[in-house]
Amino acid sequence: MSGRSNTDGGGTEIPEAESGVTRIPSWVLNLISAGVAIALWFVIGALGIRGIPSPFEVLQAGINAAQKGLLWTDMLASFRRVTLGLILGVLVAIPTAFIMGWYRVARAIVEPWIQFLRTVPPIALIPLVIVLFGIGETPKVMIIFFAAFMTSVISIYQGVVDTDRTLINAARVLGATDRQVFLKVVVPAAMPFVFVGVRIALAASWGTLIASELVAAQEGLGYRMQIAGIYFDLPTIYFNILVIGLIGYAMDRLLQASEGRLIGWQERK
Amino acid sequence: MNAVIPKIEFAGVSKSYGTGSKQFQAIEPTSLAIEDRSFVTVVGPSGCGKTTLMLMAAGLVEPDTGSVKVSGKPVKGPSPDRGVVFQQFALFPWLTVQKNVEFGLKLAGVPAAESESRARQYIDLVGLTGFENNLPKTLSGGMKQRCAIARAWAVDPEILLMDEPFGALDALTRVALNNQLLDAWSQRKSTVMFITHDVDEAVYLATDIVVMAARPGRIAKRIRVDLPWPRTEEVRFSAEFAEYRNTVWHAVHGV
Repeated sequence: MSGRSNTDGGGTEIPEAESGVTRIPSWVLNLISAGVAIALWFVIGALGIRGIPSPFEVLQAGINAAQKGLLWTDMLASFRRVTLGLILGVLVAIPTAFIMGWYRVARAIVEPWIQFLRTVPPIALIPLVIVLFGIGETPKVMIIFFAAFMTSVISIYQGVVDTDRTLINAARVLGATDRQVFLKVVVPAAMPFVFVGVRIALAASWGTLIASELVAAQEGLGYRMQIAGIYFDLPTIYFNILVIGLIGYAMDRLLQASEGRLIGWQERK
Repeated sequence: MNAVIPKIEFAGVSKSYGTGSKQFQAIEPTSLAIEDRSFVTVVGPSGCGKTTLMLMAAGLVEPDTGSVKVSGKPVKGPSPDRGVVFQQFALFPWLTVQKNVEFGLKLAGVPAAESESRARQYIDLVGLTGFENNLPKTLSGGMKQRCAIARAWAVDPEILLMDEPFGALDALTRVALNNQLLDAWSQRKSTVMFITHDVDEAVYLATDIVVMAARPGRIAKRIRVDLPWPRTEEVRFSAEFAEYRNTVWHAVHGV
């Protein structure tokens, strides 16, 4: 993301840097980084250190899971929970954050609650959501919803509050009413923060998956890891960690790809 | 009484910021009348309250005491009849040059086709033709400020309030924009209140100069400028210009 500006800064000052690492495109460096990690893993696996299975064993665990059909049902179940919780969380967080940022009264009423609930770990909600929503899909989605909402609402709210006063004044002297200032200045100005909020919420949603699938799950990547943990099946645990990480990474990349079109107007300083 | 109503009239306005021991008087009770169709530059050191005075006329700052009247009517908040150009450009970064200039026109409910052609006309006036579809981030500082001026002018304000609009620009760009601004002003014959800390700029642009002093902010001197129009480089290097600059410089520095 910031690769271009980095090379600009260093490249002009020190001529040697031009021909060095800074000339390699970011995606190549990404691949090298991943490749080195996998190679290291092979070495460590070959050394036979306890607690770290070799890449072959992990791959085998994955093939087994795929053959039994567990991989797809697990992925689908977890993906659905995360996506649902994330979308609901962000959909509630956006209006909440805007109302909090725009109306002082709403802020004074809502903010203490958010600051208070923010430090409550989602896993602590398990008993509560079971009592309230039973043991179906709802409590699992609710836990992820909570995590997604709490993480994104603060970021978006901050964006609304930090809207450049000069831009608001510029709109007002051109004749904008409060409503027009909100819709035509505050909302677009906060878009980059909405974006950051969604990305943070995405990571938090996947991060809360294990907690969510502690609630009487029958399938799911987090649930599969817990079962594997009981049997000390390390390759399966590692395999599921990889899958969660890769799906999360892919979703984040997808978000970033739409970033340029939506908030490409931002000036990089 | 004289029948001529000033375009902008400050009557005993004052403003303090902060509370208790940290209270700071930005401007002590001050009166000032700005004539219709004049180009008044307000010059002074930082902390003399020149921006505060301008923001009162804009309706963005309320005076603690006194009142501001525009065309004889008390100011109650901002209005599109008083355009403002801010020091930090204040362009909407998500809108193109064209859309920035159209912003006020759309708020005023001007039909799309008319708003578009009027915006183009002002973009042309400030010399930004060809950059209509550029986002602000692709413009230089001088181009950004020209766009901001076009945006302020597009809604056809009777008064243009400018807060050190060229302060962040290099000397050459500043001179070019000064000339462009005077051209546009002489075509439109509106009233301009122009804040600056640059003595040369203050003399070059003005029909009248208001010199302010700091701690507390107040008006130190008012000078009528009788240099010939149009202002050119010849005027800038004339002996009369040097004399005005001398007077203003001494008034600013309190000697």
